[in-house]
Amino acid sequence: MAQIDKTAQDYQKFVKQHHPSQSKVKNFVTAYFFGGIICLGGQIINNGFMRFGIESNQVGTLTTITLILIGGLLTGIGVYDEIAQVAGAGTIVPITGFANAVVSPALEYSQEGYILGTSAQVYSIVGPVLTYGMLTAMIVGGLKLLIV
Amino acid sequence: MKKLGQQTVQFDNSPQIISSASIVGNKEFEGPLGEYFDQVLADSYYGQDSWELAQIKMTEDVIDKALEKIDLSKSNIDYLLGGDLLNQTISANFSARDFPAAFIGLYGACSTMIEALGLAGIMVDSGAADKVLSFTSSHYQATERQFRTPNEYGDKYPPYKQRTVTGGGALVIANQSGGAQLTEVTFGKVIDLGITDAKDMGGAMAPAAADTILQHFQDTGRSPEYYDLIVTGDLGVVGKELAIDLLAEKGCDIKSNYDDCGVLIYNANQKVGAGGSGCGCSAVVTASYLLPQLMCNNYKRILLLGTGALLNPTISLQGESIPAIAHAVAIEETGSLSSGIGREDIRDDLSTSIVDMSGVEEE
Repeated sequence: MAQIDKTAQDYQKFVKQHHPSQSKVKNFVTAYFFGGIICLGGQIINNGFMRFGIESNQVGTLTTITLILIGGLLTGIGVYDEIAQVAGAGTIVPITGFANAVVSPALEYSQEGYILGTSAQVYSIVGPVLTYGMLTAMIVGGLKLLIV
Repeated sequence: MKKLGQQTVQFDNSPQIISSASIVGNKEFEGPLGEYFDQVLADSYYGQDSWELAQIKMTEDVIDKALEKIDLSKSNIDYLLGGDLLNQTISANFSARDFPAAFIGLYGACSTMIEALGLAGIMVDSGAADKVLSFTSSHYQATERQFRTPNEYGDKYPPYKQRTVTGGGALVIANQSGGAQLTEVTFGKVIDLGITDAKDMGGAMAPAAADTILQHFQDTGRSPEYYDLIVTGDLGVVGKELAIDLLAEKGCDIKSNYDDCGVLIYNANQKVGAGGSGCGCSAVVTASYLLPQLMCNNYKRILLLGTGALLNPTISLQGESIPAIAHAVAIEETGSLSSGIGREDIRDDLSTSIVDMSGVEEE
């Protein structure tokens, strides 16, 4: 017979009491702050492109591409995950987080080769986002056909 | 050797540990026990093309080091007992490829070192073997990507998550005079109290550790005071407190002489969450810190537990919880020194402190 006779339910309560407390408010504020900084950076890049006289319908795309490049670079030099330990959702939600989620498995699985490693695993984290993103787009598109 | 109580084996001729070696990564070297370890890796690749290959090389090298320290050749070893965390225990299997001795592969997750040590004791005391080499290793990056997410992926870790130790440890157990001896081994039961969070290893393992500690005391009729130190493998800060409180509820107070290898190995400011984990954690702390201390008489008796979370990412996704296990060995000093245990300069430091202490006693 087991010496420790706690029920699973009791034990889980017990564990929760022992976990260090995390302030939800603090997490929220830091995420908001870091997410805001990334958005501010995006706006500066946006304005920069405008100043260089790029047509306004192309500026948005160029800004997005630049942010993805920065997110990918920071992942490659091993900094993005360090920032994320402080920023939390602030670095996951913006498009730089999406870049991180694509670049990190791509880098890591290159050890297994470019075909069965990198290219097979590159969407291992963002796969659900792509799948359900496309599914949602199809449903919304279908609804639009019916309604309009 | 005889059966004691329900889960304990007591040795007749205590198997002796004649050599112990460790290799660690940078982060572990920067921790409070850094000066004790035999070798430190320059970087996580260790001159190899991948982290898995680095772990295999580290395992091969730590085995060689344990033999080299006491001038043994590979042919002197009767059995290799080892395992690790990677799928199909590749670092253990592959590092045994070129070794001219029988190999028994083990998987006890992070309890593997103590599982191997206990089994080696049984083999030596029963006469099945003269010299057995027990070893294990773990590697932060290789483990992280197998069990969780890619290393550079930016998800925020909760404060109770532990860091897998990069390190390998090897011990030679023999029927000849050594620096520390095994007196009992208590093998543990698999305990599962329904923890499903793969980042909460301490929470999953604490009940197993507490169960084995209680079982050991029941089987041997001892109390916590019998040991100078009770030390668990890798419960971390959170698991350590859980184990203390679980045992306190059962009327077993270990607070004053209890510690955890996962807490010992890192400094609080190293950004490692709740401390160290992984097969290598208890292996390197035992091989390079606990055994030299024991040999040099700073401790007389230690109850050493290996704690393993038997986590599997596939079945976790299917909704299963994380079973855990803990094995314990009781280790005592022998009164003699072995050149194989501890680093030379550390051994000198520790022995000097003993000479000083005995001088005070004489006055």
